Amino acid sequence: MKRLLSLILVFGMICSFGALLSGCGYTYADLDLRAEYTKEFAGTTLNVYNWGEYISDGSDDSIDTIKEFEHITGIKVNYSTFDSNETMYSQIKNGGVSYDIIIPSDYMIERLINEDMLLKLDTKKITNLDLVDSKYKGLYFDPKDEYTVAYCVGMVGLIYNTKKVKEAPDSWHVLWDKKYKDDILMFNNPRDAFAIAQFMLDQDLNSTNKSDWDKAASLLKKQKKYLQSYVMDEVYGKMETGEAALAPYYAGDFLTMWENNDDLAFVYPKEGTNIFVDSVCIPKNTQNYEAAIMFINFLLEPDIALANAEYIGYASPNTAVVNNENYYYYGNKILYPEEADMPKTQYFHDIDKDIRNYYENLWIDVKLY
Amino acid sequence: MKLLSKLYIALILIFLYAPILVMFIFSFNSAESVWVFEGFSLDWYKELIFNTTMLNALQHTLIIAILSAFISTVLGTAAAIGILQLRKKITKSLVMSVTNIPMMNADIVTGISLMLLFVFFGKLLGLTESLGFFTVLIAHITFNLPYVILSVMPKLQQTDSHLPEAALDLGCTPLQAFFKVVLPSIMPGVFSGFIMAFTLSLDDFVISYFTCGHYQTLPIVIYNMTKKTVTPDAYALSTIIFVAVFVLLILYNTMQNKSERKVAKR
Amino acid sequence: MKNSALGRRIIACPYYVWAAIFIIVPLIMIVYYSVTNPSGNITLDNFLLLKKYGKAFLLSITYALISTIVTFFIAYPLSYAMTKLKMSSQRLILMMVIFPMWMNFLIRTYSWISILANTGIINSFLVSLGLEPLKLINTPGAIILGMVYDFLPYMVLPIYTAMSKIDRSLLEASDDLGCNGWQKLKKVIFPLTLPGVVSGITMVFVPSVSTFYISQKLGGNKTMLIGDAIEYLFNIGPDHYNVASTLSLVLMVLILISMAIMNRFTDETDEGVII
Repeated sequence: MKRLLSLILVFGMICSFGALLSGCGYTYADLDLRAEYTKEFAGTTLNVYNWGEYISDGSDDSIDTIKEFEHITGIKVNYSTFDSNETMYSQIKNGGVSYDIIIPSDYMIERLINEDMLLKLDTKKITNLDLVDSKYKGLYFDPKDEYTVAYCVGMVGLIYNTKKVKEAPDSWHVLWDKKYKDDILMFNNPRDAFAIAQFMLDQDLNSTNKSDWDKAASLLKKQKKYLQSYVMDEVYGKMETGEAALAPYYAGDFLTMWENNDDLAFVYPKEGTNIFVDSVCIPKNTQNYEAAIMFINFLLEPDIALANAEYIGYASPNTAVVNNENYYYYGNKILYPEEADMPKTQYFHDIDKDIRNYYENLWIDVKLY
Repeated sequence: MKLLSKLYIALILIFLYAPILVMFIFSFNSAESVWVFEGFSLDWYKELIFNTTMLNALQHTLIIAILSAFISTVLGTAAAIGILQLRKKITKSLVMSVTNIPMMNADIVTGISLMLLFVFFGKLLGLTESLGFFTVLIAHITFNLPYVILSVMPKLQQTDSHLPEAALDLGCTPLQAFFKVVLPSIMPGVFSGFIMAFTLSLDDFVISYFTCGHYQTLPIVIYNMTKKTVTPDAYALSTIIFVAVFVLLILYNTMQNKSERKVAKR
Repeated sequence: MKNSALGRRIIACPYYVWAAIFIIVPLIMIVYYSVTNPSGNITLDNFLLLKKYGKAFLLSITYALISTIVTFFIAYPLSYAMTKLKMSSQRLILMMVIFPMWMNFLIRTYSWISILANTGIINSFLVSLGLEPLKLINTPGAIILGMVYDFLPYMVLPIYTAMSKIDRSLLEASDDLGCNGWQKLKKVIFPLTLPGVVSGITMVFVPSVSTFYISQKLGGNKTMLIGDAIEYLFNIGPDHYNVASTLSLVLMVLILISMAIMNRFTDETDEGVII
């Protein structure tokens, strides 16, 4: 008994030793920083809540954003991820956890501001703010740029496997084509899934008309029998291995998948598509505001922003990245289409509570269909 | 007939171990895939050492498992002793029914009900965050308790109630009587309760999922991983845990066999 | 003497307090949330929504019943076959059956995807033999397989324990009295293992009926079981906690009812099930 207990303890100690050791394998990059970073907040913890696969993490010899920040400032970063804006909202709203940095999308930021859940940024201290492209300043959800700093920009498109889909599709309708039964993937998240149906029905994505949402829901129900599965980030594995033929997903993620499977191709469908901006904000229940401001400034650093843009594969709002000729996606047509090739796009807006509840419930009907 | 039944057992064992074998094999995959094997490598084990998130989570899991098993064993053993002293049958069966709730109820309901409680009290006390280390710990202790109580109780019923009384008559203090007479005789029950609590806590996902906040345990991290592309490092970690548990179990078993032989000799 | 009895009664008090705060109060919270709306007014509207979720309940119960039956028919012969072996081999096999429970069930479930996927192990094998690939993943069958796989040890354990306790002389007596194999099973073995069977069934049914991971991973998110519905509602915002609580409450009542039905088959009352 005593021996077993001590074995368990030894096992525990080995594991914690492993955790201590884990810092050693990474060699810190030689960063060229614009702003000053002090060790003023060393020893404090910064809770960061971000999308999955949404920060450069040191794999494949990239820069590990978090380790670099911890190294320079002595702040311990506690990093966790979410897979939908709604999950993030739910976590913050109920007061279960507090975060110092969150990176939600546009419409969710609008809701967070409306519900008074964000703090204004001390923009004087964010000295790298001048690097943000003016195109991504003063956007509808934060017209005075008081609460947010743009982090990533993207559009949704159609990914397909050229080995399985012979005729290049140009419309969302292909996701309803029975030829590809059991080979089609779909968003496992109401807002994105409804958007596709809404584009096909030529509706406003932010319609306040319940019958619009009903029509979109019945279109999604019709699609269900052709679907292989509803996915979020599982899409990577399924498209890369050729498990599925067609999937709507974010353009930046396509580029990552394409690296692993060059049979894949991408198109912005003609009906139009959703454009989004994910921005960094500080929630009201932060416990480390100053460190959070420092982190935002750090994310804007050209070297860091470049590493993140290359790792994530989404379009960057940072001029130091976009204008850098050594940037891996420099001038990429998918991420940065020229004016003429720009697809029709619509932003999501925060819809009033009544309609929101309505479509969130319709999604359950689709799932139960 | 005998051959047939042996074949059947073998078949079931294959069914039980097929996914574990897959996991084991792909942890040595040189490619990033968990379904196409491209060649042997130990890269994922190396990668694992640098995966701070996963190792931190492992540490959290072990801390919670050890603490919750320990606390629930102490609380539960005391509870079992007290419950057996209850004279009225109705009170006793009422207490037992309440005790059984976390064990009988679906994990998702237990998890949600605890989360509602923590969040409610968090708001009441004006905390900036209500979920974290203490809430997971409380949740784990809560669902461990019935298992401890139910494994201690039968042992208590078996011990002769006159023994502690005799000890008291011989001048022991009640505490001494407990530690010198009662505890040794119920030790196997206490011990198996501890082990069961430890195991349950180690493996729990659903209840932690609703109550952990920032204090993410390993199952939570693995759950987040399976939401995107699972890379073989999760498999590598599972393989390591598998081997560690395997070694522990073998040691435990041989120790038990030895002590059984000792008892037999006496 | 009285003193010590009192002392012994008192030492359970910390537990009573604990149970009151962390077992009873949370249940009251669930009940409270399920009869209120997000703004805190008392309403029974949440229960009207049950019609909408009827299909989810029905599906969960159906899947859970099927997987419970399948696990029973796997576990019962297995336990029987085990008791025919040498004591040391029995022990070894029992260990091997329990052992997977020490592994993270998420990972074990996930690795079934590698086996069942369209481009997975089974289908790659079939294709290499020149056969047509089968549709295995993202089907109801895959979900049931996942449940059977994850919860099989919970069925084997109690049944095997009950079976290994059967007195050999009883079996010999029934042989002597001229019972054939089937009669022996029906009249002697089954009644004696019934308590084990009952606890096995509850231990498989409860997690199956409330699962939300297995259906998501092996069913391709296409089936919404009641566990999935509760998880979805909890993840889209506190405004949905009320309906989620109502569903949890109904699920709990459902489980209690099925457990009460099961317990009628045995005499054990206050001891409950224990592995």
